[in-house]
Amino acid sequence: MNERIARLRQLSFDTKPAVSTERAQLITEFYKQNDGKYSVPVMRARAFLHICQHKTLYIGADELIVGERGPAPKVVPTFPELNCHTADDLRTLNQRDKVHYATDEKMVEVYEKEVIPYWRGRSVRDRVFAHVPELWQSAYEAGVFTEFMEQRAPGHTTLDGEIYRKGLLDYKAEIAAHMSRLDYHADPDAARKAEQLEAMSLSCDAAIVFAERHADLAEKMAEQESDPQRRAELQRIADVCRHVPAHAPRNTWEAIQIYWFHHLGTITELNGWDAMNPGHLDQHLQPFFAADLASNTLDRVAAKELLSCLWIKFNNHPAPPKVGVTAKESGTYNDFTNINLGGLTREGADAVSEISYLLLEVVDEIHLLQPQANVQISSRTPDRFLKSACRIIRKGYGYPAIFNADAVISEQVRAGKSIEDAREGGTSGCIETGAFGKEAYVLTGYLNLPKILEITLNDGLDPASGKRLGPPTGLPTEFQSFDELYAAFQTQLTHFVDLKVEVNQYIESMFARYVPAPFLSVLIQDCIAKGRDYYDAGPRYNTTYIQCCGIGSVTDSFSALQKHVYQTNRISMQQLTEALSNDFADAEALRLLLVNKTPKFGNDLDEADDLMRRIYDSLFDTIDGRPNTKGGRYHLNMLSTTCHVYFGTRVGASADGRHAGMPISDGTSPAHGADRNGPTAVCRSLGKMDQIRSGGTLLNQRFLPQVLEGEESIAKLASLVRTYFRYGGHHIQFNVVDTPTLRQAQAHPEEFRDLLVRVAGYSDYFVDMGADLQEEVILRTAQESF
Amino acid sequence: MEIAMSKAMSNGRIFDVKRYSLHDGPGIRTTVFLQGCPLSCWWCHNPESQSVAPTIQYHRESCLGCEACVEACESNALTLTERGIQRDEQLCRTCGECTVACPAEARDLIGRQVSVNDVLQQVEKDRLYYDESGGGVTFSGGEPLAQPEFLIALLCACGERDLHRVVDTSGLAATQTLLKVAKHTDLFYFDLKLMDDHRHRQTTGVSNQRILENLRALNAEKQTVRIRVPVIPGINDHIENFSDMAEFLAPLKQIRQVDLLPYHPSAREKHRKFGMAWKLNGASELAAERMEEFAAAIRRPELRVEIGG
Repeated sequence: MNERIARLRQLSFDTKPAVSTERAQLITEFYKQNDGKYSVPVMRARAFLHICQHKTLYIGADELIVGERGPAPKVVPTFPELNCHTADDLRTLNQRDKVHYATDEKMVEVYEKEVIPYWRGRSVRDRVFAHVPELWQSAYEAGVFTEFMEQRAPGHTTLDGEIYRKGLLDYKAEIAAHMSRLDYHADPDAARKAEQLEAMSLSCDAAIVFAERHADLAEKMAEQESDPQRRAELQRIADVCRHVPAHAPRNTWEAIQIYWFHHLGTITELNGWDAMNPGHLDQHLQPFFAADLASNTLDRVAAKELLSCLWIKFNNHPAPPKVGVTAKESGTYNDFTNINLGGLTREGADAVSEISYLLLEVVDEIHLLQPQANVQISSRTPDRFLKSACRIIRKGYGYPAIFNADAVISEQVRAGKSIEDAREGGTSGCIETGAFGKEAYVLTGYLNLPKILEITLNDGLDPASGKRLGPPTGLPTEFQSFDELYAAFQTQLTHFVDLKVEVNQYIESMFARYVPAPFLSVLIQDCIAKGRDYYDAGPRYNTTYIQCCGIGSVTDSFSALQKHVYQTNRISMQQLTEALSNDFADAEALRLLLVNKTPKFGNDLDEADDLMRRIYDSLFDTIDGRPNTKGGRYHLNMLSTTCHVYFGTRVGASADGRHAGMPISDGTSPAHGADRNGPTAVCRSLGKMDQIRSGGTLLNQRFLPQVLEGEESIAKLASLVRTYFRYGGHHIQFNVVDTPTLRQAQAHPEEFRDLLVRVAGYSDYFVDMGADLQEEVILRTAQESF
Repeated sequence: MEIAMSKAMSNGRIFDVKRYSLHDGPGIRTTVFLQGCPLSCWWCHNPESQSVAPTIQYHRESCLGCEACVEACESNALTLTERGIQRDEQLCRTCGECTVACPAEARDLIGRQVSVNDVLQQVEKDRLYYDESGGGVTFSGGEPLAQPEFLIALLCACGERDLHRVVDTSGLAATQTLLKVAKHTDLFYFDLKLMDDHRHRQTTGVSNQRILENLRALNAEKQTVRIRVPVIPGINDHIENFSDMAEFLAPLKQIRQVDLLPYHPSAREKHRKFGMAWKLNGASELAAERMEEFAAAIRRPELRVEIGG
């Protein structure tokens, strides 16, 4: 890392996140002045143009890649058109201990005087909550599910290679061509399409204006700069910003900058989940890098410097502030840009190149919170690449995560995508599978499986609130067999998925009609050709995911019920349900029996793993294939982010011996402490899940650092990964840190400010995490070698 | 075929099967621990494996006093007292029912009778990991050579299934037995502790003469052998031991690698639990420079010496 990068990195690391009301003010003023003048898409595009014309610019000392969403690094705008924060929300952000954002009374005043009076009742969130049925609201409050789109726009959006071959002027020409071909005689949607296309064209102008303003600023700064080297750099920045994004990039520098402008454009237009993502960055940059090397206009060192500048830019952009349940399901500054390295080309060849290794070096050296990086390992990926990744994993940053490229491709082909599009796809956010640059794959929220079992064991009632949330499916003591119990669970599951989907459909329609994203639509393939928005079936593929949480915990609970109540009769149902409702008070022997004498998921025991499969099949049958609002389908996803901690707080004691309020299992990992036979057994249990039928699974493994000492252990770790992938595993990630270190970090957070640990599909600073989440990470079984 | 059948049905006593073992041979392995050992080393890491007969281990700190074990015991061998559960060794048949009943995992049955097929079923589970990593199966103990028929049956069965086989041994067995085992072994991990026989007898309970002879015999048979030396403070951590070892190993041309294993005091707790005397009082971990000196004393151009492993 050279001095420039070290300074930029330090600034990014040290700067504390703060809120800016600038965007809120700009959009409010524009909407107030222009209310009713334009169609919804054109209004959105013009508002975006207004922001790009007037927002404060930032070009920092040392920077080579330029542009910030806020007025300065780590300053985050708000999106009142989606979620209009209350004065209390703004104060809470400043007061809360973890995931803190600086706000002040001046901002509260701006909100109370300008923003709230206009957006209260008009924001998507207000309109959604005014509509949702009371039963949905009760189930939401009880923690049966969460709703992703109540504070942030649907997103999980990743770009493909097209943006490096076209400038926005090329896109504008394409839009104009489609506009001219609209057939008002034969196509009843022609007028609607015209509005969409006009909005897309305007949004291109907005992004070009934004870049031109940076060029102007850089020129002005160059004139005033006394240091000749910096003056030359500023002049170069100006040249780059004059060329991209209006035109296609000509070299590595411009390729990086065009991505960054597109990134900023989409995350300024809306606050879609998981920010934006360049996807297969190594594949996209490789031709530019090779040409620059060949023409001697760039060397490896200079390329690395530019890439490092980009890396730090991601870290300058914390997630927009979340509140309430959304803050709990995703309690982190991380905004989940997750860069894919390796994988396969569109033609199916190994895509690892020199720049893949260069990017791994950047990942290792910069190791900030953001961006996340992962390696996509196919059967064709060389071991050298996998081992290089393992050597970084050993350092304990929690990344790169490792994905099975072959599985990720199979999942997409199963869901109906072409093999080429599937290869250009990959994983984003945490572990979500999608066809990059061609798909809207929208997460809709988490589903709490242990909670649904709890409601089943209470005849459809929520024991915490006493409210009826599900249909009466019978008292558990009346079930004559395990199958009767299971049938009741299936009934409750169907009921809650129905309820969730009903509201999802409504929200997705709201976004399509009232909050289109014209700039994003330009960049995602087929939106222009179809004349439809990203949120309205514009993309080539349209997937809706429901993320199922706690399969480990619910499997273990069913296993305990099956064994102790229905097979050995060692415990009666009456005895068990009483113990559960008393949180095992005076029943420690019973609890330990459930903990220790139950076949549990993650041990390669068929009794437990067969139950897991049965539950997984139920989830698949209940969710997969339901039509969404965009001509696409619902699919199953198995990630949890930090929601397993929140969900745990909403579930009483469970039949696996878990105390009330404790976290449920994360992703598709075994429940805490349930796996006792080491990682090969865990991976084999996971291998019995037909992961190809999902849109992603997540397996966390914690290793003690001594297990990974030496080169031989790297080879063995790589073998473990390869074998898991032979079993069809989608993803595996490692925390390499021992418990004493984590305990020390809890006691002396100031000394461990840079300790990154793996949480779900992302890493976070351990000392920034809530106490409950810290405990959860510590509770995860640490794999030792024997 | 009949021989294969009888081998597959042969039984033996093991005390554990550990999957994902990384330090008992090449690649990812499953280690099968056979019960019973003719040595009684002061520093033994698996003291529970020394006895040939099964035993019941009791962890008083985990015991809830719920008496589930007392109820489960058909021999009436258990009673709850102020000092936890007491077991009448005369009455106890070590059937293990109490360990099944105990919810708190306060009771373990150490040592169980299993068939070759039982073991193979466990071992086969991680086959893909072996394929991918160049791993396989390690037979350790206890002393695997203490159950020679069972061991040979296991080794043959693994050989038929194309599994790589390591035998991790103290080297104490009839030479003929060892050579029979060697026919079905791909790699030996062979413990060498002390060159001074008097001290060897004192701290392990047996002479080292047969062990040294056996090592020569394996060498003569051109077996692949990796030497493992646990370096125990106050027992064998003096330079003479290693220079003697170097002299002994010099003519043994088949031996290409020696691992020096730094002592780890974790075995102490186990000895306490089993009511066994712990004679290494005050022993602490050895300095890395000391280990390096010992390694240098043995190292030759054609003999690799590593610390750890």
